[in-house]
Amino acid sequence: MTVTESPQSSAHHIGDKVVLEANDVTMRFGGLTAVDSVSMTVHEGEIVGLIGPNGAGKTTFFNCLTGLYIPTEGKVTLNGATLPPKPLKVVRAGMARTFQNIRLFNNMTALENVMVGRYCRTSSMALTSILRGPKFRREEAETRERAQELLDYVGLGSATEILARNLPYGDQRRLEIARAIATDPQILLLDEPTAGMNPRETEETMHLIFKIRESGLAVVVIEHDMRFIFNLCDRVLCLVQGEVLIEGSPGEVQSDPRVIEAYIGGDAEDDEEEENA
Amino acid sequence: MSTVLEHGNDSRVDGIRNRLAPRAAGLALAGGVVLLLSGLLSWSYDDRILGDISIRFYPAGIQVYVMVLGAVAIALAVLLFRRPGWLDPGRGLKAIGLGSLVFVAGALLAITVQAGGLVNVNEGAWVALVGALLVLAGGGLAAEVDLDVRTWPRLKSSYEILIIVLALAMLLFVTAYTLDVENSATFGTLLVTILTVTVGLLMAGLGEYIGFIGQNNRRPLVLSAFLVAFLFPFTQGGSNANMSIATQILIFAATALGLNIVVGLAGLLDLGYIAFLGTGAYVGAMLSESTFATIGWKPPFFVVMLCGMAVAAVFGLIIGSPTLRVSGDYLAIVTLGFGEIFRLAMFNLDGNNGPDLTNGPNGIPGIPDLNFFGFDFGETHTVAGIPLGRFSNYYFLLLLLVALVILVFSRLNDSRIGRGWVAIREDERAAEAMGVNVFGLKLLAFAVGASLAGLAGTIKAHQDTSVTPDQYIFLESAFLLAAVVLGGMGTVAGVLVGATILKLLPEKLREVNDYRLFSFGLLLVLMMRFRPEGLVPSKRRQLEFHEDDEHLVELAQTEHLEESK
Repeated sequence: MTVTESPQSSAHHIGDKVVLEANDVTMRFGGLTAVDSVSMTVHEGEIVGLIGPNGAGKTTFFNCLTGLYIPTEGKVTLNGATLPPKPLKVVRAGMARTFQNIRLFNNMTALENVMVGRYCRTSSMALTSILRGPKFRREEAETRERAQELLDYVGLGSATEILARNLPYGDQRRLEIARAIATDPQILLLDEPTAGMNPRETEETMHLIFKIRESGLAVVVIEHDMRFIFNLCDRVLCLVQGEVLIEGSPGEVQSDPRVIEAYIGGDAEDDEEEENA
Repeated sequence: MSTVLEHGNDSRVDGIRNRLAPRAAGLALAGGVVLLLSGLLSWSYDDRILGDISIRFYPAGIQVYVMVLGAVAIALAVLLFRRPGWLDPGRGLKAIGLGSLVFVAGALLAITVQAGGLVNVNEGAWVALVGALLVLAGGGLAAEVDLDVRTWPRLKSSYEILIIVLALAMLLFVTAYTLDVENSATFGTLLVTILTVTVGLLMAGLGEYIGFIGQNNRRPLVLSAFLVAFLFPFTQGGSNANMSIATQILIFAATALGLNIVVGLAGLLDLGYIAFLGTGAYVGAMLSESTFATIGWKPPFFVVMLCGMAVAAVFGLIIGSPTLRVSGDYLAIVTLGFGEIFRLAMFNLDGNNGPDLTNGPNGIPGIPDLNFFGFDFGETHTVAGIPLGRFSNYYFLLLLLVALVILVFSRLNDSRIGRGWVAIREDERAAEAMGVNVFGLKLLAFAVGASLAGLAGTIKAHQDTSVTPDQYIFLESAFLLAAVVLGGMGTVAGVLVGATILKLLPEKLREVNDYRLFSFGLLLVLMMRFRPEGLVPSKRRQLEFHEDDEHLVELAQTEHLEESK
């Protein structure tokens, strides 16, 4: 877990505008407190990393942010407006996510997958779909065009008509990102985007995330690959047993002895919590 | 030690196979010729059974069928000699051989039973038996071919359309001919023949090629299919017997297609779907001119259709909004309950328990025939010298209905809504996390499906002339679902095939009518074992069931590419 490179000092300017703010989010399952009053602020164009040993509550925290879970306490605001705990409304408000274990629509093509992502930004309903007026055709063409654009953007431009299930692993991860961006988010939550990737793919993913950030999106990343996280992020939060252990710049976090202890010298209890994907 | 022996054995068998493989085509060809010739021989001394099959060199009934089998076997054997890369005649021959065996066995059984003893069988049947075995041997020995879909012959578009039209014309002819056969035993053997030829050609890989041509020429395909369906009544010469079955099939098919939206596209298992057909039928009956109608309002039929759709859709929403929060098996149980509630409510709304809406178990009889601008559906009209009876009139109307349902189905399938439905079916939580309105879309699927069934119901009420609660039992829902599953979830052609099979066979095979449920149960079990994706599956479904079939994946890919061109 030696991280030798210094964090990438990109010339990128992080905006002052707060995009996402989580205040004292707590999630309890019965007697188990999976997330314990975690607060996090993400600014425009910022990449925030979320690390922590298995069972630290990272994914649970993600699920609280995206409305899959209703937090027991605390609230989440996006651009100052409180987010309702409904995945649908969260996406419409401008937050999109990917999943730890890839959840694509396997028997749809890459293009169709991304087109599903456009669902919440389009409006054709049943009757217009049956009658096929000019508005429907225009919207359908726009959806297709935008989806193709996004596939090109993540580097899958030639895989348009390939079924998602047939894509190589790394491409599936990138397709998931394209599908998430298709919902026009302001903030993108990536749950272990490089899990299972080889070093070259990881490198590519890092460049992709930088590119996404350049376009003005804020990004929150959960990852176990420390080299990746410390090279990528502007700020890193380390969660241990549902609580924030330390928050700071990559340099601060990686030199903190408690982080190393949490990963290597942690007691056995760490593994008891089950992460819900 | 023993493994070595087995291995040795295997290689010896392989060696024999390899040596015989070049002769396979010859064997099959000989078998085909023998089958063909057997049709010219006498099959029985008794000239009273199965038409008359006792005369030599004058084939009739099953003798003609066996000659058809022989001809197809010969064609495939010739193809086996030439070995095109995109066809596997060997597999086809195997199927033809097996089917011919079943055919001969069935013929032997029929002769034995009807003429009283196996001694009544003449040389023709035994010769046919030899031919069937030869074809089977030839097919079995033929080397397997790795089908390469990229070597499909590319014809000029006009030729491809010609193939489609010819195939459909053939279908019309075979259908008209089949329906003319009255004798159950003859019908049975004919059915075996048709099945054998169809399966044989499909196994040889022709089905995929035809599907490929169909995909390239979708519009001509749809148009000529409707033309063929439209011409069908003209082949019946004014007889109502088959047209009555045909109208039943169309109503059943329209309803099953509506169910296909709910089950096939959105993936919601609905076991009470017949209630929506019933809702439409009752609305149609109550607003009709019948003296037993319980509502005084008699709007024109166009308005009645809209009312039937609207009421059924509202019912769908009422049922859907609480039940769609559960999914999978739970949803199936709840909808099953709703179907029964509907039937019992119709049974009891007779004035004693609540308002008199339905006349209870007596139902609403005496519903008059439809009349569109002076065109009376009850009368026989003559077009170009061919009389078209009452059922033909309804047939044309129902054909329009089916066309509408197909239009709605396919256009919804290929739209934002359809993508949302498929996404929900694939992974509900991921769909929701991507901003798909899961609950709303499920509700929409319920409402659209229900309204289409309601529309079909209003026409059904007039065609049946009466509406009673016992027409809408659970069994009917089960049959609708069976049609969808049998034919292929999520496809139009599949459901049409499934509906036809489930409605036509019981009408024609009266002898097995007592075993109707048993045979359908058996059929479904066999289907689930050997072809769970249905007879005419959608590519997506097929992939779900055969995850590791490389050939299929490749095929799906090719078709996607073709579509996107």
